[in-house]
Amino acid sequence: MSRDLSPRTKLVLYGVLLVLAIPFVFPTWWMVTSSLKPVADIFAFPPQLLPVHPQLDAYQRVFELQPFGRQYLNSLYIALVVTVGTLAVSALSGYAFARIRFRGQNVLFLVVLAGLLIPSEVTIVPLFQMFFKLGLIDTHWPLILVPILGAPSVLATFIMRQFFISLPGELEEAARVDGLGRFATFWKVALPLSRPALGAVGIFTFLHSWNLYLEPIVFLSTPEKFTLPQALTQFVDAYGGPMWNVQLAAASLTALPVLVVFVIAQKQFVEGLAHTGLKG
Amino acid sequence: MSQTDIRVGGAQAPPTPGHTSRPWWTSRRRDQLAGYLFIAPQLLGSLLFVLLPLVLVVWYSLHEWNVLAGTFDFVGADNYTALADDPNLGPVLRATGLFSVGLVVFNLALALLLAVLLNQKLRGTTVFRTIFFSPVVVSLVAWTIVWGFLLQDNGGVNGLLDTIGVDGPNWLRGEGSAMLSVIVVQVFKNVGLNMVLFLAAMQGVPAELYEAAEVDGASRMRQFWRITVPLISPTILLTSIITVVGSLQVFAQIAVLTQGGPGTSTTVLVYYLYQQAFQFHHFGYGATLSILLFGIVLALTVLQWQMRKRWVFHES
Repeated sequence: MSRDLSPRTKLVLYGVLLVLAIPFVFPTWWMVTSSLKPVADIFAFPPQLLPVHPQLDAYQRVFELQPFGRQYLNSLYIALVVTVGTLAVSALSGYAFARIRFRGQNVLFLVVLAGLLIPSEVTIVPLFQMFFKLGLIDTHWPLILVPILGAPSVLATFIMRQFFISLPGELEEAARVDGLGRFATFWKVALPLSRPALGAVGIFTFLHSWNLYLEPIVFLSTPEKFTLPQALTQFVDAYGGPMWNVQLAAASLTALPVLVVFVIAQKQFVEGLAHTGLKG
Repeated sequence: MSQTDIRVGGAQAPPTPGHTSRPWWTSRRRDQLAGYLFIAPQLLGSLLFVLLPLVLVVWYSLHEWNVLAGTFDFVGADNYTALADDPNLGPVLRATGLFSVGLVVFNLALALLLAVLLNQKLRGTTVFRTIFFSPVVVSLVAWTIVWGFLLQDNGGVNGLLDTIGVDGPNWLRGEGSAMLSVIVVQVFKNVGLNMVLFLAAMQGVPAELYEAAEVDGASRMRQFWRITVPLISPTILLTSIITVVGSLQVFAQIAVLTQGGPGTSTTVLVYYLYQQAFQFHHFGYGATLSILLFGIVLALTVLQWQMRKRWVFHES
């Protein structure tokens, strides 16, 4: 539907788009500006779209009340390890399922695909018991091992397999004729060609790990080991009520860096997801 | 992990000589071995972290398990009869159903609308695309906390509504409005993902089809329903499966915004499972609820996959 529009239609469309944009933009705006307000102004009426008495006290409190820097590093390193691990596991198995012929291939693929039908919420009770028996409760191991090897990486494997199937095989065949082994062919020929798919899978995986909430609150109990989503809910006063401006400051610190990276790289981001992410 | 093994297994293949001294060890067999080594981490992971827990969850559901008392007794189907008699089961299934249906309908409708708007010949659609997609990358709990703040009785939403003369309710304290709030917060968070997938699919529809329809005098509405929707139906099916399964996994939003309340009006199945297993330490009953969740996911996925035949016009 890419026909030229009359100026009037254009005006109407812009109006609709602007109104629709409010619930997407306003929360972020309100989060950042409210985090800069003193508590007394938080619920001021009429609402202050810009802070009248801007201050950074809430940001200082974030680091006083929780080991927030440590929690930030926890989330970041877990998400990075999970992303790299998932890329390795899913590229290898996706490549094998797409390119290599071995006995039992179809059955094994179905065994792996079963993970798509078994959300991690279904298995959280036994996983808790398994890691409890291994003495790994209140460590980061469950948050690293399960996403890399368990159900969350199955979707990544599926996407990689679909991508390798769609990739012309001539280059790899030429490399094989030249005497390259399977791993060398995969590493030197196929993997460099699969950058778009790896990018999409990497973004998905990072965000998935960065957003995990049920798993951290089930597995972790020491504030020094918490991840960010878990830490964000800890800024409450003695009566359990949220300390709004401190919570919003912590939320801003969590959300803004990823948002900035996204806005800078949005083209690769969105198009990567759309074109390689979920086609198939 | 067996990462290094794989490297060795795959890379050690020497330049293939015409004949080897041991005909059994052919290059075909070596390639098979490479295949097994390549899939080994994923396969072992699936067995250990997906299928073994699934077997265990069935086993646990047949036991009365009190962690605090340290008892683990076989009780057969008792947990299942307890589930059938649980007065909370009805409200929990109702909340789960309401949330899923509300989320899927609202999410897919808004995603389609946004994709159609962004597919017009307009300057600046990239900016709007970025805006609509941006909540996808915002941390889920951060997004939920901000909305929890906005939806307070004296919060930003009611402040905005007041400026246009509308007196908003205390969103998170009323049964209906709490459910509506949880759904809407989740839709705005993730609708950008479906929007982008729809947009990519729409851009793949050949322009000649619209030109031909134009010549035949078909209205825009008619073109949308007769050309766009049928041609992107594989994408609609895929996104609806993902959205339905995702809607059954909602947890953080409930935990942060409503804690399942007021009453049990927003206690969806995963939240109830979490309460039973990890707050009340009823692991056996929690396992039984896990089986129920698994059954629902399985049934819905099979159902949608079956609908594909009747519903999807064009298989890509």
